[in-house]
Amino acid sequence: MATTTTTQGSEVQGHEAHADHGHAGHGRELQHHFETAQQQKEAATLGMWVFLVTELMLFGGIFMAYAVYRWAFPDIWAEAAHHLNTPLGAVNTVVLLVSSLTVALAVNAAEEGRNKRLIRLLGVTMVLGVAFLGIKAYEYSEKFAHCAGYKTPFAWASGGAPLGETECLVPGRAFVFPEAHGTTAADAHNEVTPGQGSPYQLFYLLYFISTGLHAVHMLIGLSIVGMLTFMAARGVFTAAYSTPVEIGGLYWHLIDIIWVFLFPLFYLVH
Amino acid sequence: MATTALPSRGYLEDDTPTVWAWIKSWLFTVDHKRIAILYLLAINFYFLLGGLAASVVRIELITPQGDLLSSDLYNRAFTLHGIIMVFFFLIPGIPAVLGNFLIPLMVGARDMAFPRLNLFSWYLYMIGGIFALSAAVFGGVDTGWTFYTPFSSTYSNSNVILTIAGAFVMGFSSIATGVNFIVTTHTMRAPGLTWFRLPLFVWSSYATSLIIVLATPVVGITLLLVAIERIWGVGIFDPALGGDPLLFQHLFWFYSHPAVYIMILPGFGVISELISTFSRKRIFGYEFIAFSSMAIAIIGFLVWGHHMFVSGQSVYAGLVFSFITMLVAIPSAIKVFNWTATLYKGSISYRTPMLYALGFIGLFVIGGLTGIFLGVVAIDIHVTDTYFVVAHFHYVMVGGTIMAYLGGIHFWWPKMTGRMYNEVWGGISALIIFVGFNMTFFPQFVLGYLGMPRRYHVYPQEFQVLHVLSSAGSTVLAIGFIIPLVYLTLSLWKGKLAGDNPWDATGLEWTVSSPPPAHNFDEIPVVTTEAYAYPPEAAERDAAAWRPGSPL
Repeated sequence: MATTTTTQGSEVQGHEAHADHGHAGHGRELQHHFETAQQQKEAATLGMWVFLVTELMLFGGIFMAYAVYRWAFPDIWAEAAHHLNTPLGAVNTVVLLVSSLTVALAVNAAEEGRNKRLIRLLGVTMVLGVAFLGIKAYEYSEKFAHCAGYKTPFAWASGGAPLGETECLVPGRAFVFPEAHGTTAADAHNEVTPGQGSPYQLFYLLYFISTGLHAVHMLIGLSIVGMLTFMAARGVFTAAYSTPVEIGGLYWHLIDIIWVFLFPLFYLVH
Repeated sequence: MATTALPSRGYLEDDTPTVWAWIKSWLFTVDHKRIAILYLLAINFYFLLGGLAASVVRIELITPQGDLLSSDLYNRAFTLHGIIMVFFFLIPGIPAVLGNFLIPLMVGARDMAFPRLNLFSWYLYMIGGIFALSAAVFGGVDTGWTFYTPFSSTYSNSNVILTIAGAFVMGFSSIATGVNFIVTTHTMRAPGLTWFRLPLFVWSSYATSLIIVLATPVVGITLLLVAIERIWGVGIFDPALGGDPLLFQHLFWFYSHPAVYIMILPGFGVISELISTFSRKRIFGYEFIAFSSMAIAIIGFLVWGHHMFVSGQSVYAGLVFSFITMLVAIPSAIKVFNWTATLYKGSISYRTPMLYALGFIGLFVIGGLTGIFLGVVAIDIHVTDTYFVVAHFHYVMVGGTIMAYLGGIHFWWPKMTGRMYNEVWGGISALIIFVGFNMTFFPQFVLGYLGMPRRYHVYPQEFQVLHVLSSAGSTVLAIGFIIPLVYLTLSLWKGKLAGDNPWDATGLEWTVSSPPPAHNFDEIPVVTTEAYAYPPEAAERDAAAWRPGSPL
């Protein structure tokens, strides 16, 4: 069926002999089974894109659940969203968007072979990522502090000011949604008790699951950026070879995009 | 460029000085062929285990009373059978074993695009398997393989979480395999190997990988939600807490119906290879077969609602799902017609792989046509949750996927091991499997039509004859599965040396030595011809040259 022609110096070692094979004719970073650096880069990039598709489908399941329940309980959704900390969510959105910018600049720096700039930009990205997680952690702990009867997590830690009304927005047996104040259309749903058996908790359940899953992805993203920084510090990347930075950047952008959808869906639906 | 090639060594050979080094050379290998062998061993182990659970179920059903198992234990037995077979045999089966072994060889590459990811996927598979097995050891799970809520999330008191963890982890193993196949097919093809020169097995594996990549994450998150609901007592699918149990069914079948095509599409690819080789003809309608795989992959995403005709979805949704379900029959039929057209005026040799391929066509036609019956809402309502459904999907999965798996294993066995299996026993066991299979599952169509519901271990006296027939058939089937295990294992030592191309087949995998060298190709080949480049008169010449005792 086929004739053969040349390739580069062929490798006929055993399975274990990868370490000591000659790299004549191509760079150190080209793996055995690829023919050219171009092919290796295409494979890595396409692989990451396909993986990102699976990530989208993973979150897609949650978005589907969100759509179904939002459709079923539009008023409850609107009211429940008021009890999230929108200013902090907005700050977090800005933090992530800026981190996306720094990653994009980092990829550019890597392509131009400007290693110092690359390390600095990756460092800024990590700081922003940690800041995002810190703010998110504060938001979570605020919700838990409310369940414990305190206004803020700091008050909870120091035994400070108690919360005026009963409120526990962490889904579970203790879940209590505060009585709807006044005039919203949610009054029409008065047969729905505000406790655990209410659709209110669905909102917060989805909120905790999706932002929690997003936070897990942030942790993975941070360790990827950390690894890239380490590799950059060791001088792995050159203008000719920066694929890991590029695909790591793709992953970071995905995390951003998912947050860009989560933020309005949970904080701004009212 | 001049090569400095040493004499090629088969991928199975080692120069490891100690046993430990030998074990390490396997467990830390990144060679796609060795990973395929690791998968082969693991997957066959799970197949035997799932088969054992099925035997327990069939033995219980010999009598109308529940005398071997309590109803609770019976639930756990068929659930074990379902989970092991679906998640740990049928879904990974052909892609992880034959796909891993063959795709780099077929596209003329030295390995998968991501060899380490490939190894990682095997470890994920094993971890998932250990979760599922430990669930079984600690008392089993009784939800059925479908994990329907709210039973799985609220009421079941069995090891749902462990099992779900197993399926979840296994899902990521398939995703890794799928990503690898897609990227390998796109970027690793040898020079001159255009898309329409690819073997059809590569096409169908590519279509399968698309489904894996798009659908598996959805069931992953769904199972995760069930686990969260179960652990924290929150209510995403629990109607008492405002949730919607139907949402689970939608999300579950959004994966699990396409998963049926994950099981059968690679089988289609195998059958295309077998039919062409053993008819000595180029395949009829290559492009149609290739595109029908893609069509099945796409349409397969739009039919999940046919699992929910009686779940209370809207009548109009039911009608639409019913219509789209029938559309799937078109690409499936295209394949069957093209295979039979390939057979026409071919020089057909009834070697073991071909026997499996012909058996596949017959059984798949029955399985597929009864699928259309079930796609019709009115009939489906009559036979929902009866043995008719059980018989239908066993015809597709056992009669389809397992026949193709065995056919493929036999066909590429000489390539994988360098040795021939015993052809006489091969033919005998293929026939035994065919007979045993029909004896087991055809009575179940009748049972189901007469109203025997699935998942019950106690049944009215009048069904006993058919149940006994089915159980007897399953014994024959079991014998048919054990015989290949014996002669294939023996062939590793006793088999005749196969040579590079014992079947005189086309395809790059047959141009390398058997077993292939560690890095597949010393020089990457340049492909200049179509996939099944048998000359027009090949079949005639083959028939004219045939003598008694000829190998083909």
